[in-house]
Amino acid sequence: MSDGYNFAYLDEATKRMIRRALLKAVAIPGYQVPFSSREMPMPYGWGTGGVQVTAACLTPSDVLKVIDQGADDTTNAVSIRSFFARVAGVATTERTADATIIQTRHRIPEQPLTEDQILVYQVPIPEPLRFLEPRETETRRMHALSDYGLMHVRLYEDIARHGAITKAYAYPVMVAGRYVMDPSPIPRFDNPKLDRSPALQLFGAGRESRIYAVPPWTEVRSLDFDDYPFEATKADAPCALCGATDSYLDEVIVDDAGGRMFVCSDTDYCAGRRAAGHRGIAAPPELVDMGEAP
Amino acid sequence: MGAMMDGLHLAGGFADPATDAATAFRAVLQAMARPGQIESVRGAAPPAPCSHAAGAALLTLVDSTTPLYLAGAHDCDTLRDWVRFHTGAPLVGRSEAAFALGTWDALVPLTGYPVGTPEYPDRSATLIVDLPALSGTGARLTGPGIRDAAALSLPDPAAFAANAARFPLGLDFILCAGDRLAALPRTIRVEVA
Repeated sequence: MSDGYNFAYLDEATKRMIRRALLKAVAIPGYQVPFSSREMPMPYGWGTGGVQVTAACLTPSDVLKVIDQGADDTTNAVSIRSFFARVAGVATTERTADATIIQTRHRIPEQPLTEDQILVYQVPIPEPLRFLEPRETETRRMHALSDYGLMHVRLYEDIARHGAITKAYAYPVMVAGRYVMDPSPIPRFDNPKLDRSPALQLFGAGRESRIYAVPPWTEVRSLDFDDYPFEATKADAPCALCGATDSYLDEVIVDDAGGRMFVCSDTDYCAGRRAAGHRGIAAPPELVDMGEAP
Repeated sequence: MGAMMDGLHLAGGFADPATDAATAFRAVLQAMARPGQIESVRGAAPPAPCSHAAGAALLTLVDSTTPLYLAGAHDCDTLRDWVRFHTGAPLVGRSEAAFALGTWDALVPLTGYPVGTPEYPDRSATLIVDLPALSGTGARLTGPGIRDAAALSLPDPAAFAANAARFPLGLDFILCAGDRLAALPRTIRVEVA
């Protein structure tokens, strides 16, 4: 841990402000609490909201995992993990099961979360109605009146034009039967994991200065219609490395001739399966025994 | 003035403010996210009649930007000086309070506190209630944060049920006894067991 920084980087007054916002967010599930977002030593869009929420929640005994689109080894995840190792001195891990706080950009880990974990989402646009109604005064009133007709019209128009709801990520959800919430740009494949999760889920939007939350065991319903029920979707293939058929897949272009393969987006899940001996069609023999991802 | 002179108010803060507040906050966050769950908090030693748990909650959440209402016996010289020295919170009446601290009898009736507005339900008071005891028995709790049902010794279940009926407006509660605390957000349905 570096000298010269307060524990977890933020000053105590800022942490108190964020902590008060977090408690109100938990008390009003799905409602976006305004907070006084700080400038962080990374640009907006790199997870400044999530970083501020994580900083306000961290204790010295926490074990932190950070993922970016499911991967532990991408630039964003590596730099946020090393940021907190440096300014808070906390232990870090790539293993979902070992983490007490998981900060995520756009994925929910495949391995089911537990009551002892907090999932912190990085959120770019917290307002699910923003692209339908640009005025904050109006969207705020719509939430106040629980007036979500516009969102249903938007989903209906998808069905009218395409025969199905085409929204593939940031698929809107109803939290505890009251507030419509943007679950951040997670693939809709992950939406069912939001519902009645044993873990506490916190959402931080730095640029937009909003914090919201889903308490454990809370009902989170993806918006749909009786005759067009919500469907979690993914690429129709097994993972080429570990053979998993139940995980969300990234499409990887492998040559200039249109060749492609599908691999788990959750690197820890994929590595864990390979360590356990599972292998997919494109896994070279040496991958089987590698355990942790390279 | 007596308290100021004897310096009692100077003691009893967090020994290591950053990590003590972080640990205390996690306890409060867990309690608020899992109503009925009782957490232990340490590190604060406020003067009587404030419990150690309530003191830790104050040091973790309250500062010069959050008006505080001290109710009843908690509105004494010693505690006022301690709060001023350690948090800098402006001491106000209940209608302006972001936080309120007192025994249940001193804080009721639950009228006159800010409960938020339909556009900003978060602009509502958090009541820190010092209770003689806290146990996982009594009123039946259901709602967000609770898997099936939980139980908590509440002083007046009907008052909490009336508060929940106002959702999304309403008050949130941190219930303290000694060094233990639980929380009750406005979302929770409260029934007499």
